[in-house]
Amino acid sequence: MTTTKNATSIKAEPGKQEIIITREFDAPRELVFKAFTDPKLVIQWLGPRDLTMTIEKFEPKAGGSYRYIHTMGEHSFGFHGVVHEVTFPERIIQTFEFEGLPEKGHVALETARFEALPGGRTKLTTQSVFQSVTDRDGMLQSGMERGVNDSHERLDELFDKGAVK
Amino acid sequence: MQTRRDVFQAIADPTRRGIIQLIAAQSLNLNAIAEKFDVSRPAISQHIKILTECGLIVIKKQGRERYCEARLQKLNEVAEWAEQYRKLWAGKFDALDKLLIGMQSKKKKNGRKK
Repeated sequence: MTTTKNATSIKAEPGKQEIIITREFDAPRELVFKAFTDPKLVIQWLGPRDLTMTIEKFEPKAGGSYRYIHTMGEHSFGFHGVVHEVTFPERIIQTFEFEGLPEKGHVALETARFEALPGGRTKLTTQSVFQSVTDRDGMLQSGMERGVNDSHERLDELFDKGAVK
Repeated sequence: MQTRRDVFQAIADPTRRGIIQLIAAQSLNLNAIAEKFDVSRPAISQHIKILTECGLIVIKKQGRERYCEARLQKLNEVAEWAEQYRKLWAGKFDALDKLLIGMQSKKKKNGRKK
């Protein structure tokens, strides 16, 4: 059963400093919000498949901070930021920096909005604003290899489970 | 000195983005472009110069007229990257979908125990 209304859509216009991601879920926003703020739940969906994600720190409240690490074999990549606002069940605002860049200080501002839709559903909109167009484009390019691998793996899993006939 | 400009820097300017959008629909000459913007003629000329230097516009002669024609292939790069990035997040959200289904069915089970 595939419904296109739950497709992930992305808006990244050339020459702009932001990326907007939109996705609907068949769950009330209280639950979706929980999945973003409970570390035991976050780790189950946010990390990429072939990397291990560890949460070193995660304080989902205003003034809190977070750091998580993706490890693949010998290589580790850290991500960290500070939490600006957590307003249940509607909005989370935080900063984001990837530690693997040659230069420190390339920080993005992320706002996640959770909108209640009829029928106990939710619309998630995340807006990431970067310090420059180059930073924004760099983030987009970082999805290149990873995205393809993840999607293919998930597809394999569906075939293995016999979910696709 | 002719410098090859970075196309993404070139379109970071809103007026230049507007110019591209305008001539993507239809090639226009300089005057026709200038009257669509609340910007001086020399400024528009400068914008067009930048856009031609990075290959997003070519100027073609038709009789006595010189038309600006859009060349949008370079912009496709951003579209390709965005598609890969979208797939990355689609994967994560599919995993979130499964998690949410699990969370909701647990709730239902707990509810029935009464």
